[in-house]
Amino acid sequence: MNTKKISFIHALKDISKDIRKDIIRMIANAGSGHTGGSLGLADIFTVLYFNILNHDPENPGWEERDRLILSIGHVAPVQYAALAYAGYFPKEELLTLRKLGSRLQGHPGRDHGLPGLELSAGSLGQGLSVAVGMAIAAKKDYKNHRIYCINGDGELQEGSIWEAAMSASFYKLDNLTALVDRNKLQIDGRNEDVMNIEPLKLKWEAFGWNVIECSGHDIAALIAAFDDAKNTKGKPSVIIAETIMGKGVKSIENDHRWHGKPPSLEDVERFIEEIDNG
Amino acid sequence: MVFENKGNKATRTGFGEGVLSAGEKNKDVMGIGADITSSVGMNLFAEKFPERFISLGIAEQNCVGVATGLALSGKIPVFATYAVFSAMRTTDQVRISVCYNNLHVVIGGAHAGISVGPDGATHQALEDIAIMRVLPNMTVISPCDATQAKVATKEAILNLNSPVYIRFGREAVPDFTSEDLKLEIGKGQVLKDGKDVTIISTGHLTWEALQAAFSLEKEGISARVINLHTIKPIDEEIIIKAARETGRIITAEEHQIFGGLGSAVAEVVVKHHPVPISFIGMNDSFGESGKPEELMQKYGMTSLNIAERVREMLRK
Repeated sequence: MNTKKISFIHALKDISKDIRKDIIRMIANAGSGHTGGSLGLADIFTVLYFNILNHDPENPGWEERDRLILSIGHVAPVQYAALAYAGYFPKEELLTLRKLGSRLQGHPGRDHGLPGLELSAGSLGQGLSVAVGMAIAAKKDYKNHRIYCINGDGELQEGSIWEAAMSASFYKLDNLTALVDRNKLQIDGRNEDVMNIEPLKLKWEAFGWNVIECSGHDIAALIAAFDDAKNTKGKPSVIIAETIMGKGVKSIENDHRWHGKPPSLEDVERFIEEIDNG
Repeated sequence: MVFENKGNKATRTGFGEGVLSAGEKNKDVMGIGADITSSVGMNLFAEKFPERFISLGIAEQNCVGVATGLALSGKIPVFATYAVFSAMRTTDQVRISVCYNNLHVVIGGAHAGISVGPDGATHQALEDIAIMRVLPNMTVISPCDATQAKVATKEAILNLNSPVYIRFGREAVPDFTSEDLKLEIGKGQVLKDGKDVTIISTGHLTWEALQAAFSLEKEGISARVINLHTIKPIDEEIIIKAARETGRIITAEEHQIFGGLGSAVAEVVVKHHPVPISFIGMNDSFGESGKPEELMQKYGMTSLNIAERVREMLRK
């Protein structure tokens, strides 16, 4: 059982700042990687690993643990940093990101042995189906653990997501919570210009889901949203979390060009300063 | 060994019996249906174990993802639909979710080959072996008859611990093996010995290969017949031995001649003991509507075609 559940908002904020700083350091050191989305998810991952999830870094395979599926594997840096801060592996290892022989693959790869990863993933549109399978298995076995799935908003353009969404409500998977990282941006630009996904709330509701909307940077609101999801019975819940791509580094916030761009080594100090002052 | 046709039976029926039998032995076995449950023989399992059967509708990509989630939770998921969907609509999911995670997901590909018949080209899977065998961690099985389909399916479900694709057909074809014929995944079977040429076949073309070999015997041609029920991992030893001892190989499969059994055999032969090989299969084209036997004749995959190919090869 995880003994590190933290309820103090300021303490969680401090952790998310540390995670952001490590995201900058590790991606800059790697020379490639997805900076914007990783920064944007730092508060959400902090809340999950330090408040919401039942997990045990000492025993990653603990059968009763909650499962976190990262469907958008390209934001692996935020998960790696959260796992390191939670104690799954030494923080120094973060700097091996994307290097030959590293356990921190560019997109999560369980075959490289990093503890705490539930799924090797990176091809968009697959994770929610896997989460559905895990949620069905948990129901069949009368297990109480919960399944969480992190999806991107651009990812919702994949048809397979909606196949999974349909099946989750059909099987009344109230042990499943999806979270949509709603930063409204993707590689080619704004979602609404590339391929509109609105009306998002109505879509999920039409697919039989309980929809919760909140800020992806308001820690108290996120905790409340996850609690709301947990207390909703008879249907799965989705949290549409409004986020800012690049959050924490003012000079790159909301700039879609930072989806897949690494900070240069010269940027690092300035970006970290911006995070500290944020 | 003498093989007699015990009566025609579809390999999909054997698959269904195998899933049921494995399900009776292991309570972790779960079935996944994509709307054509009876058509792929999974109804036997679904009726016996409704609480372990998950209907997901016409959504094959989701089926593979859900199977992945079940496998990560300690279940043994069996997902079957037509091979054109289970192996091709879902290739990305099979590659990343199943194979990269190296999970024991059992994928059945039904209605493989042109013997699907009147449904025509869209439903005749002729590329699935090629696509599945190129994926790391994947095992590819293509049983020769209904009995072997049952035995192989049970084996794949109960005794493997990695991704596996099992291919089977729609039509009733000769059922000639016995459950006592030892089946080891990854090991081919010499069903008839011979010294002049070796016919390596998979699926129901093994029956055609045997018929060809017996008719050639009367002409004084001694043909060895190897049933390669596992295409990956491939039995290098049995192929190299055949190349050394008979000097000529003919492969026969209801699949494109590119990328399937023939290519897999050729990869072994050129590496270890190069000999001439001739390939029987679909010659880089789509199928079409027709009766199964008409199509097998038109596209040259009958025992007569195999025998003729042997004669041609020996004339050279």
